[in-house]
Amino acid sequence: MAAPSPMPSENTQALIQVRQLKKYFPVRQGLIFEKEVGAVKAVDGISFEIQQGETLGLVGESGCGKTTAGRTILGLYPLTDGSVEISGIQVEGINKDDLKLLRRKAQMIFQDPYASLNPRWTVSAIIGEPLRVHNLLPDDQARTERVHELMLKVGLSPRLINRFPHEFSGGQRQRIGVARALASDPEFIVCDEPISALDVSIQAQVVNLLEDLQDEFSLTYLFIAHDLSMVRHICDRVAVMYLGVIVELADRNELYENPLHPYSQALLSAVPVPDPKTSRKRQRIILPGDVPSPINPPSGCRFHPRCPIAKDHCSKIEPEWREIDPGHWVACHEV
Amino acid sequence: MDSERLLEVNNLRTRFHIAEGTVYAVNGVSFGINEGETIAVVGESGCGKSVTMLSILGLIPIPPGEIASGEALYQGRDLLKLNDSELEQMRGKDIAMIFQDPMTALNPVLSIGRQLGEPLRVHLGIKKQAIRQRSIELLEQVGIPDPAHRLSEYPHQFSGGQRQRAMIAMSLACFPSILIADEPTTALDVTIQAQIVELIQRFREQMNMAVIWITHDLGVVADIAERVLVMYAGFIVEEALVDDLYEDPRHPYTQALLAALPRIDRRRDRRLRSIPGAPPNLLVEPKGCPFAARCELVFDRCREEMPPLIQIASNHHQAACWIDVTTGKKR
Repeated sequence: MAAPSPMPSENTQALIQVRQLKKYFPVRQGLIFEKEVGAVKAVDGISFEIQQGETLGLVGESGCGKTTAGRTILGLYPLTDGSVEISGIQVEGINKDDLKLLRRKAQMIFQDPYASLNPRWTVSAIIGEPLRVHNLLPDDQARTERVHELMLKVGLSPRLINRFPHEFSGGQRQRIGVARALASDPEFIVCDEPISALDVSIQAQVVNLLEDLQDEFSLTYLFIAHDLSMVRHICDRVAVMYLGVIVELADRNELYENPLHPYSQALLSAVPVPDPKTSRKRQRIILPGDVPSPINPPSGCRFHPRCPIAKDHCSKIEPEWREIDPGHWVACHEV
Repeated sequence: MDSERLLEVNNLRTRFHIAEGTVYAVNGVSFGINEGETIAVVGESGCGKSVTMLSILGLIPIPPGEIASGEALYQGRDLLKLNDSELEQMRGKDIAMIFQDPMTALNPVLSIGRQLGEPLRVHLGIKKQAIRQRSIELLEQVGIPDPAHRLSEYPHQFSGGQRQRAMIAMSLACFPSILIADEPTTALDVTIQAQIVELIQRFREQMNMAVIWITHDLGVVADIAERVLVMYAGFIVEEALVDDLYEDPRHPYTQALLAALPRIDRRRDRRLRSIPGAPPNLLVEPKGCPFAARCELVFDRCREEMPPLIQIASNHHQAACWIDVTTGKKR
């Protein structure tokens, strides 16, 4: 959005503060005399806060920039513009020492439990790595004990400590990933689609585990997902992204029961409900066409070419990021 | 009911002989589908839902695959006994299939027009100029803008949703009487998923086509199916009309699966009920009920003997369980 004011916070001590975050990836052309010919505006000015112990959901369709947002917030990608503060650490322009501290305090759980674990490492090496890197437990014995403890916490038998990732099922691998993330005693975890690669019966196990750990260690989560039903279940507040920007942000029940942005409305209406009788009664908003390219996003409101209620000015003026009701933010001219 | 029976599968068993041993993928599956009916086959990965359909279409590579028993009767012929050329005659013309990943199912080096024209040429014997005309019509019907121009493009130039549309156009080219849709919307975003579901529903009505929809998504099933088969570890464990299944599931696995799902249309009222453990190892020959190790109601007999799929309520509601879950009594 053009210049959304940073969100006022009731509590100035929000653990995570993201202001006007932008992440562009350059598009280059030419083999020898390479030059930049444009940029993929993956994240184009998003702002939000997350309170200590809270779970914020970041939802949207593929290519909307939610994963890039999560990675940029953790400093895995250098940010293009804006600012991010995690537990008092400024992420932009961070120095080496602070980065190491940030890596301890903020962790990530990845989507693909197959690709995110080194196949040549044992469980012991994988879970123990953060302990080693941060020199938290230099003593081998103590480290092994800590790995044992972590395995028990995530519901894995410590007997499996010397096994390799390929010997585990998808759900168990995701537990290994969770244990690794917990090893350095983080305050904040970015969960990037942690359950989308898992079967339904296993998803519930992992979600319940994440909730238990949050209670026990008062963790703060940024939960990135496209499964809107699960997001309603697990998140306290939810932000909806479209083409690099947040179009709506509200408490979970407010967002799901009273979505204001036409994109949120269409997105929520498109999710099938596991109940045939309810399903027959639901009104679906079917959006025309596909998500446009983030290299050259539509002018004005990025959603206007697919929007069922778009007016003339929607293609010209970027909508303002407004607080319609306390805590309910939306970027749309027509609300 | 039997008079309009289109396809009848009996006691299908499919195995794969691999280096590690034998994979018991499908273990005695029986079901049927009537003209114009939509059934859904639901289950988690590895439950045998796709292998069942691939077996019927003769698409299982043998070896390592083996159809150990069974028959699949279509218009009085057993599809499992057809030779290669008969199979080719049948596939696409009588029974067509669309796949989860339209990128791997389409040939990346052939233009969309060429691939779309193939079933028309092979099955309908249409001449070259007419093929182009018909291809344009087909793309138009599935909602691809500027079809005449898009015919000469290649799959990578189509978006994910458009590729799935092109695949649907291809599968419907010869007016099949059964369409097997193997997770056609799983790789797509929800807004695109809604478009594709609507598209297939529309064609089903127009062509009075029967649809077998394979999915793991119980939300999609509630949307599209009239009748549902629930599969687990190569067995059908429950079969019911869609309303009966969701209102009154009679197999502990189906019950647990529905309780494990969060609802988008309701406020959170509890933790999710998770199913402990994981599905059984398919390399072990099944003995007893495959769900026994994860079941809350398990008793000795479950581990020894596989319960048969029997009718347990009206509307042909069937379940394979040694316990009547409504009364808690053993059968």
